[in-house]
Amino acid sequence: MMGRYVARRLFLMIPVLLGVSILAFYVSQLLPGDPARAAAGRLATPEQLEAVRERLGLDQPIPVQYGLYIGRLLQGDLGTSLSSKQEVAQELRIFFPATLELLFATMVLTVVLGITIGVRAATSRGGWVDRAFLGFSYLGVGMPVFFLALLLQLVFAGWLRVLPIAGRLSLETVPPPVLTGLYTFDALFAGQWATMMDAGRHLVLPALTLSIAGISEVGRITRSAMLNALEQDYVRTARAKGLSERAVWLRHALPNAMLPTTTVIGLQVAFLLGGTVLIENIFSWGGLGTYAWKGIFRLDIPVIMGITLVSTTAYLFVNLGVDLLYTKLDPRIRYE
Amino acid sequence: MNKTFQLWNPSLLLGLAIVGLFAAMAISPGLFSSQDPAGLRLEHRLSAPSAANWFGTDGVGVDVYSRVVYGARTTLATIVVVLGIAILVGVSIGSVSGYLGGWIDGLLMRVADVFLAFPPLILALATNAVLGRGLQQTMFAVAFLWWPAYARLVRSQILAVRKLEFVESARAIGANELRIVGRHVLPNVLDPVIVRASLDAGFVALTAASLSFLGLGAQPPTPEWGRMVAEGQKFLLDQWWVATFPGISLFVLVIGFNLIGESLSGRMQSGLHVSRAEETEGR
Repeated sequence: MMGRYVARRLFLMIPVLLGVSILAFYVSQLLPGDPARAAAGRLATPEQLEAVRERLGLDQPIPVQYGLYIGRLLQGDLGTSLSSKQEVAQELRIFFPATLELLFATMVLTVVLGITIGVRAATSRGGWVDRAFLGFSYLGVGMPVFFLALLLQLVFAGWLRVLPIAGRLSLETVPPPVLTGLYTFDALFAGQWATMMDAGRHLVLPALTLSIAGISEVGRITRSAMLNALEQDYVRTARAKGLSERAVWLRHALPNAMLPTTTVIGLQVAFLLGGTVLIENIFSWGGLGTYAWKGIFRLDIPVIMGITLVSTTAYLFVNLGVDLLYTKLDPRIRYE
Repeated sequence: MNKTFQLWNPSLLLGLAIVGLFAAMAISPGLFSSQDPAGLRLEHRLSAPSAANWFGTDGVGVDVYSRVVYGARTTLATIVVVLGIAILVGVSIGSVSGYLGGWIDGLLMRVADVFLAFPPLILALATNAVLGRGLQQTMFAVAFLWWPAYARLVRSQILAVRKLEFVESARAIGANELRIVGRHVLPNVLDPVIVRASLDAGFVALTAASLSFLGLGAQPPTPEWGRMVAEGQKFLLDQWWVATFPGISLFVLVIGFNLIGESLSGRMQSGLHVSRAEETEGR
């Protein structure tokens, strides 16, 4: 039954991906400028320009071009970047891990701190922890990320000088041998402690910036879900049979409070997937966001298409993952 | 959350006061500042906050305080336009979808899915690349991303409301369908839309300011807070005031909207038919 549900959800992704690819392809066609010229270079003669146009299929009608693109896509070919002449799939393999590492660090902070603070706030309802957190959560949700990023840079890199201001590694640090592309993991596997620490220190400010809003939201929803769970009959039963308050909170209330929390976490991941351009820009991160930014301004249509499809697919899978997680958290939920 | 809900709780009042203050700045900035928000005075560039320039001056000697005051208009106008378009489009599509059902509903909701799944910044970047850089283009791009949320909300409300007794009875006494939608269904659907809009307002302001920060929104000399923070970035270490005051203004305005939004949604939850869980279902 579950297998059929997953199969149906995967099947339903096809029209969405098709729609997104058509929209992206059409929008790409509207971009000003001539991709053939961008590919051929400024010094190309008219004949060379025509040759490039023909080779890239740019002389075909747009629906035909789209068809050709999808045909190649199904063979795993995302095309070649017009500006760097590299395969888009290859470039994505370089840029994606950088963004993934940042997202991973952000989500670890969001989930661990958000849930811990939320539970603490709920169990000390009305106490100073609770009040302090509610105050913080208002600030966290309202804070413009780009402004927070600058403030953190100002304080930790400018005044205190305890953390690097930008980049993924210090200039003098050699990147670890590529295994996953995530510097911290690669350095760990290679046993290069100094490199790992350096990569870790570079992660702190961007990950903190990106997670503040998430910590606030996850904390708030965990708090209210915990408070709700603590009023339920099964909690009274658990207390009545003599369990410690701690056991009641962690074993009975918390698992039941995780359902709404999971929804919020899923939304956060989806939101971050599209929202790292800003932060990558400020922290010179060199990931997918940077790649997208450059791709747009160089009218690099294969790059734009590649990023759009990769991030949309990731978004759809995150949504599916959240829905599947529900069934683990609440066995009463079944999908047909 | 709050079971006993007062009509005018302190956080609603505080939120209204904050938004009201910025709205007053947007309507008549001259009341708040006598200085020209575009008056270059290079000899006064980057001077620290003082009695003459409360928030200091920026890189070309313009009074930061007056730019912050005039910037309120840009931000509030963006919120009104974006939410206006998103609600208009979203409510229309959502009503048609929810009311007609069938394959039209399926088609419209798939279209909404496409827009929800589309990477927001790519769309915003592309809109600016196609239509040129500017505030209007950015408003358009943000509105484009926002309507599906309202379409889904209205659709789920309509599905819930059209089965209710008062709609059935209106139909039983022979009211025509258009009248039922206009008189009975829509009014019941609009409350959650207004609450949602008040929750979204701050988020729209943040999104638009982020795009301006990247250089995709309002272009100089139009005063815009996100753009001002970006301009102040290069002076951050020594002349902190250039970026800080516009950043704080945006922050305070967003908090104001959030206070209003949450008070309203708290009030809704105490006496309403459709839960938030249902609204976000199927996202």
